[in-house]
Amino acid sequence: MKRYETSYFFREGIRGIFLHGFMSFAAIGVIVACLLIMGSFSLLAYNLNELIGDIQNSSEIYVFVDESLSDAEARSVGTRINQLDNVDISTFVSRDEALSQFGERLDGAYSALIEGLESDNPLRHRYVVRLIDAAQMAETAAQLQTVPGVDQVNARVDITENILLVRGVVNTVSLALIVVLLAVSVFIISNTVKLATFDRREEIAIMRVVGATKRFIRWPFVIEGFLLGLTGAVAAFFLQWSLYSSLSRRVTEGLKNIAFVQMAPFDEILPGVLLVFLLVGFLVGMGGSLLTIRRFMKV
Amino acid sequence: MVRLVDVCKTYDNGTRALKGVSLRIDDGEFVFLVGPSGSGKSTIIKLLTGEIRPSEGRVHVNGYSIGTLRARDVPFLRRTLGVIFQDFRLVEKKSVYENVAFAMRVVGASPREIRMRVPYVLDLVGLSHKARRRPYELSGGEQQRVAIARALINNPKVIIADEPTGNLDPARSLEIMTLLERINALGTTVLAVTHEKELVNRFAKRVVAIDGGRIISDRTGGYYQYEAVRN
Repeated sequence: MKRYETSYFFREGIRGIFLHGFMSFAAIGVIVACLLIMGSFSLLAYNLNELIGDIQNSSEIYVFVDESLSDAEARSVGTRINQLDNVDISTFVSRDEALSQFGERLDGAYSALIEGLESDNPLRHRYVVRLIDAAQMAETAAQLQTVPGVDQVNARVDITENILLVRGVVNTVSLALIVVLLAVSVFIISNTVKLATFDRREEIAIMRVVGATKRFIRWPFVIEGFLLGLTGAVAAFFLQWSLYSSLSRRVTEGLKNIAFVQMAPFDEILPGVLLVFLLVGFLVGMGGSLLTIRRFMKV
Repeated sequence: MVRLVDVCKTYDNGTRALKGVSLRIDDGEFVFLVGPSGSGKSTIIKLLTGEIRPSEGRVHVNGYSIGTLRARDVPFLRRTLGVIFQDFRLVEKKSVYENVAFAMRVVGASPREIRMRVPYVLDLVGLSHKARRRPYELSGGEQQRVAIARALINNPKVIIADEPTGNLDPARSLEIMTLLERINALGTTVLAVTHEKELVNRFAKRVVAIDGGRIISDRTGGYYQYEAVRN
């Protein structure tokens, strides 16, 4: 493409945007709104996934060893536990260690509660089992129950399942919203470009009569769509940034006592968000105009 | 050169617009194509501009075979033609200069080439002094001259004028036809479709008459030849 052709296409594309100022403004507004909603849900899903990841990493199963086993036998049960597919790591905690850990957790006045228990320790030998996939907690707990020497298995299956359910719902809603909003954006851009092509139908007819190639006719409209998409993406990115930062500040201040509920800092996700917004703006803009022009060229 | 050999055209709705038309127009000729409405004149123009394909027979225009022409080559065929319409088809938002320059730009001419050529062609059609005006500020005759300038700007081998004087009074019609004759004298082939008997009779050119999808007369010497055959 020659330099003067490129500058002509851009000039015409920009002219098209200003020629239908209101429609262009509406198209940019819709792209911004769609990207903001899409972005907010995606970031919510992202943060929730991070949170769930953290919780997953700390999901543990307590496996209590049969009291009739000797210390040596109790320690050998770990070999069988580690052979299970979903077991990441298992740590043996002897009854004495368990009591001492329990004592550490009790402060001040309550520490007196364990006094005298050293000689008659009611706690059992146990394994703290960390899983590879928390989603399979129930199955793994059932398998652990069948390991010889295991007396009881304590797993917080209900909590893990609820968290996973919330994540599934958020992911599904986000995906559905992304698909719907993308379609809406493409439709709006397509209508803006349709209006532009309709307004310039005579000009296009003349272009075809004097021997303009389809490529030459198409480019100004594609650039118009591209610029609309790009403007919408950039505006949405800065709005998302400010919205996210403000929300993140509030969450950090409001939930400062709950250490694991922290939103990822925007700096960490900035390149990804910018890239996705630009890509979506580019695809929606170009896609919308190409869709219309293609149909228009057939007529 | 334009050549039609045993051309038939049947539209999708079953209308048989052309029934075995053969016609040859050599380089540098001036030809009037006359005939009543629905006779097949427009179909011939559409065939020559690559808008439609023949159902049977062969159509050759400036080295392009229309029947086998690929869609992506149609613009290149059209660059060898200059088409003028009855309703001028100018872009109202552009000035006279821009309307003409626009036709050069869309075929990839550089700004320098445009600056050199447009004033020359506007001078040829006598509109240099109105280059900055908009089409609605011009008379019908002047608008048609802008359309002729636009048709000429890419130096076509053939000018196809579809009822170029249909919207003009007799004096302006004569002016436009004289301009086309001058262009023809410079070496461009001209095919003018018209209904205007007086005008055709005034110029002693080749007249091809078509009726019912067939060529019924092809002679030099005015419209009366066609009427004589019809009657």
